[in-house]
Amino acid sequence: MAAATATTASPLQRAQARLAYWLVAPATLLILLIYIVPIAMVIAASLTDYTLVSDYFEFVGLDNYRRMATDDQFGNALHNTFVFAAMFLPAAFVVSLVLAIAIQERKQFRSILEVLYFLPVTSTLAAMALVWAALLDSRQGVINSAIAALGLPPLNFLGSQDLVLFSLALISLWSTIGFNMVLFLAGLTAIPKNLYEAAAIDGADHPLDRFFKVTWPMLGPTAMFVAITTSITAFKLFDVVAIVTRGGPDKASEVYLYLAFLEGFEYFNMGYSAALSLVFLLLILVFAIIQAVVVDRRVHY
Amino acid sequence: MPVTPLLQDGPSRPARFDLSALWRAIRPRSPGAVIVTALLLLGAWIMVFPFIWMVSSSLKPTNEVFDPVFTIIPKTFAGLGNYYSVLFDQPYPRFLLNSLIVCVGILVVQLVTAIPAAYALAKLKFRGSTILFGTVVASLTIPINVTSIPLYIGIVKAGLLDTHVAMMFPFFISVFAIFLFRQFFRTFPDSIIQAARIDGFSEMEIVLRLILPSAVPAIAAFSVFSFVAHWNDLYWPLIVVQSQDKMTATLSMMQYQQEFYTDYGKTFASATVVTAPMVVAFLLARRHFIRGITMTGVKG
Repeated sequence: MAAATATTASPLQRAQARLAYWLVAPATLLILLIYIVPIAMVIAASLTDYTLVSDYFEFVGLDNYRRMATDDQFGNALHNTFVFAAMFLPAAFVVSLVLAIAIQERKQFRSILEVLYFLPVTSTLAAMALVWAALLDSRQGVINSAIAALGLPPLNFLGSQDLVLFSLALISLWSTIGFNMVLFLAGLTAIPKNLYEAAAIDGADHPLDRFFKVTWPMLGPTAMFVAITTSITAFKLFDVVAIVTRGGPDKASEVYLYLAFLEGFEYFNMGYSAALSLVFLLLILVFAIIQAVVVDRRVHY
Repeated sequence: MPVTPLLQDGPSRPARFDLSALWRAIRPRSPGAVIVTALLLLGAWIMVFPFIWMVSSSLKPTNEVFDPVFTIIPKTFAGLGNYYSVLFDQPYPRFLLNSLIVCVGILVVQLVTAIPAAYALAKLKFRGSTILFGTVVASLTIPINVTSIPLYIGIVKAGLLDTHVAMMFPFFISVFAIFLFRQFFRTFPDSIIQAARIDGFSEMEIVLRLILPSAVPAIAAFSVFSFVAHWNDLYWPLIVVQSQDKMTATLSMMQYQQEFYTDYGKTFASATVVTAPMVVAFLLARRHFIRGITMTGVKG
């Protein structure tokens, strides 16, 4: 299809090609300015000690990347991000899947439940983060009142180094399960009913049997998709940290993107921040490649 | 023997006010199903509770917000004062207007640049189309967080820091929109386009009068996604906005980091004002929202 040859092109084809160039010109120019040139500049900047404060800079080779290996902040941010993801990812996956299955079987309340669970997805997380900060307040928050009512000691959700990532995972869970649930619901709806009937004839009557024999295998591509998008969401954690914890207490919630942001736009270490951004891009690319490879294979089975 | 309509099974005796029909509609099928439904409703209550708490607190005086016992209805109604000071003592109308300008500006340019490009990529033959489409797909994986440094430096050098243009520029092209619309346009039958050409339609007329109307669902879904994403964006405004004059509604939430513990009622009144537009729009157009926002998954 792409084998249009220029030599034997008819007048109509040539007119079409000319028009096509006009149609893609604005988009192409913007892609150059917004993606291609900046990516080239990030790569170049990551090899310098550029600081924006002064226009003088030197090429430092791979020093910025070497610095990461020994930088405690980098190690800390990476560690925090992975600890956060380890709590957030399984919960965001399992809770939304269970919710989707439970909601799909409802005859009543189905659409109202869908709407209520999805509501946090559209809301402005920056504003809702303030609300969560108040709900999770160590002394006066509603959640600690409930904990106290059970006769347990109060928890310092956002002020304790041990709990802050857990609390961020909780808030992120709240803001994403509706999204994942809707994706799972779409996947569940696409499973043909007769598969369940066939499984029932084969003796798979128990709900767990039905789940492992029919639902789970058929849900493969959706599940993969949810896992990938949720992973990327986990690594992009930023808003709640910027609004509520500012990386604290004592850097216990300084996650990867927040560190890259601080290095670039608070300390103006543009070179180092550029290197951090590129490592971040590599991380995202790993997920994109897994998605491309696995999902494509699954789809063709 | 009087039988209450609620216990009737089946239509044997038509109940007054047709309660039995209502009962049949909402009748639980098994004890297990009742428990699951109850748990789901409890979960939904937890999901919605932060919103209820926020609105309720926005109507309370500061000293009541953290009362040991939370009541939804304020004991002392301070809503008027809280909202008055949010809307008039602080430039909230300005913040909302900035958000609106930025979201609309971004969306319009995205549609105007993506639709023609997507049509060309889907239906026209030209040299370089494969490279261009490959670039679009590759760019899909690059988030703003990766390119923010050079974009920021470029904006500083151009003297555009703290302007609406700076707030919109990185989003003027949506490679996601090009990708999405191209997939959509490809399904449009070539035979109809050929017939239109024979009838003397110019390519421009074909795009505007045939392709565009057929793409309305995709355009609507993308518009919702784009609008919500940029309304809620904190990252980029945080980088390029410096003055209160250019602050978006979402960015304005940063002001409460310091004064968070000074005026609760007002804090949550502003949180309500900032969240309300997206929540209300969602409740009014639920299907479009769910479609539009879950589409982002494609971004991978």
